[in-house]
Amino acid sequence: MKHQQDLATYNFAYLDEQTKRMIRRAILKAIAIPGYQVPFASREMPMPYGWGTGGVQVTASVLGPDDTLKVIDQGADDTTNAVSIRAFFQKVANVAVTTQTGKATIIQTRHRIPEEPLSENQVLVYQVPIPEPLRFLEPRETETRKMHALEEYGLMHVKLYEDIARNGHIATTYAYPVKVMGRYVMDPSPTPKFDNPKMHQCAALQLFGAGREKRIYAIPPYTQVVSLDFEDHPFEVQAFDEPCALCAASGVYLDEVVLDDRGGRMFVCSDTDFCEKRRESGHVGAMSGQSGETVQ
Amino acid sequence: MYVAVKGGEAAIDNAHRLLADRRRGDRSVPAMQIEQIIEQLGLAVDRVMSEGSLYDRELAALAFKQARGDMIEAIFILRAYRTTLPRFGYSEPVDSGTMQIERRISATYKDLPGGQLLGPTFDYTHRLLDPGLMGDEAVGTPPRREAGDRQAPRVSDILAHEGLIENDSDLPDDHPAGDLTREPLEFPMARDVRLQALSRGDEGFLLALGYSTQRGFARSHPFAGEIRIGEVEVEIDVPELGFSVCLGRIQVTECQMVNQFQGSSKSPPQFTRGYGLVFGQSERKAMAMSLVDRSLRASELGEDITAPAQDEEFVISHADNVQATGFVEHLKLPHYVDFQAELDLVRRMRAEFLASQAGDDVADNGVEAAQ
Repeated sequence: MKHQQDLATYNFAYLDEQTKRMIRRAILKAIAIPGYQVPFASREMPMPYGWGTGGVQVTASVLGPDDTLKVIDQGADDTTNAVSIRAFFQKVANVAVTTQTGKATIIQTRHRIPEEPLSENQVLVYQVPIPEPLRFLEPRETETRKMHALEEYGLMHVKLYEDIARNGHIATTYAYPVKVMGRYVMDPSPTPKFDNPKMHQCAALQLFGAGREKRIYAIPPYTQVVSLDFEDHPFEVQAFDEPCALCAASGVYLDEVVLDDRGGRMFVCSDTDFCEKRRESGHVGAMSGQSGETVQ
Repeated sequence: MYVAVKGGEAAIDNAHRLLADRRRGDRSVPAMQIEQIIEQLGLAVDRVMSEGSLYDRELAALAFKQARGDMIEAIFILRAYRTTLPRFGYSEPVDSGTMQIERRISATYKDLPGGQLLGPTFDYTHRLLDPGLMGDEAVGTPPRREAGDRQAPRVSDILAHEGLIENDSDLPDDHPAGDLTREPLEFPMARDVRLQALSRGDEGFLLALGYSTQRGFARSHPFAGEIRIGEVEVEIDVPELGFSVCLGRIQVTECQMVNQFQGSSKSPPQFTRGYGLVFGQSERKAMAMSLVDRSLRASELGEDITAPAQDEEFVISHADNVQATGFVEHLKLPHYVDFQAELDLVRRMRAEFLASQAGDDVADNGVEAAQ
């Protein structure tokens, strides 16, 4: 499937078809064993390791000419790395791109899950820095693989218990471990734990790519995803004291924007598309002026 | 708009234009030609080829120029190109015994068949700045002589005649060589894949690890059995022809460390080997690689694992500078979503801490902490 025009030297979506086939096989295996980390022969990509190479390889392998791609970083479409990855796929695959969650067929993300519920004909591709949820408890891959094989997750529960013993609550706020279909403990990538419930019974296929660590894993649609907790210390998500200052949304994840050096700040939606849509349909927040200038 | 990152697209474009400007520098100074880099900065080109795992001087020089002389950036650019190339097949093992030698030294024998050849080395130069190089001073032609047909057998082969050194490898002849660019890394690794990883590993990292073994962290009593630099033929087997054909010649540096070994429950007392092979001329890298190769053979030889240089997972997982630089530098990407989650937690924990300090006076402190 060579792309015509001036891209004769690179295949559609950059990767050669053999590589895509290898990655698709890894993805199929990952879907078959939800939450299990499948090793794959990750390629060097033209962007640095740690900057989304795993997500980019997964996206490149599932992307077709008719897809519509959305790329977000920190929930926003216009953060520099999201811009860069979107531009990459426009260049090497010439696909349609969008910032609207509802219109995208593939959404590549770093650190957030969109606020708008996803549908069955969407794929959410996560960029993953450290795929191993047990890595900071046990640095050796040889050991952690064994622990997963034996379903030996006691260490993780001890860690969470120690958090409670020391602080009164679990001190993990992002990359909060989940258990998938009652079997594998999985790292949801460094999304805030606020987003964890969105993974549970999600209609969309969720794919996770870790390029540097050479792992792919997946959550098929409508799969049970449970955040680890204890009966007497149930899992809970962050709650914000005030709604979004621009669109007045509550129950969404907010970014804190520092306005001056005297403690002035505002809280706004981290999901920029969600926020813009709400403002278009007439929602007005406390600090939403007619133009940007009034905010300053 | 309120967010500073708005307009990221234009900002990226402008940043890249500024980068191109800085790369070119003062326009009144002639632009550097690729040939100049290949000819006059050859060792930089060699390192880019070696750690970029692609033998092409022209492309390596281009990457070096494009990277403004940043080694790891150049290696990265070359790797990202290499990964898109199709694989036609795997070459036959190169025979370094038939190398067209430019430099060959042994620290274990005073003289040996084939002789010692110093070649183009910095060794024994005095590191005094040379004002002559400020300009374009003429350089004389070095004396040369005909190579003749003197054979230069490998020092390890000389030792092997007496059975004093272990065999080259325990891998069977029909063992298909692994390919770490095509298969996922898994631990423990076979030595062939480990050597591939070391050969493209970061020179500085391997140098430090090799050095650590000399200072007692997994001491391996090494002798530089032989270092040779020169050209070898690369042959590929063509099934249709029934014989292998030569694809061309490449320059490599090979180092064979000879290490003292007391013997263990698994092996008799004999010398053991550490092996280093890299593209181009890079003695430091080849030597460091052979020290680390030897130290990583600890479990194979039944030695106690006590030091970082013996720990395969530690060494191989962190030797690749393209991976390392990517992950270290990714810290400059925005992390404000996660940071927000941490801010929230720290504020909450501080509030609880202050409340517990104040005892009954909870309400006041709660308000204070919330501000």
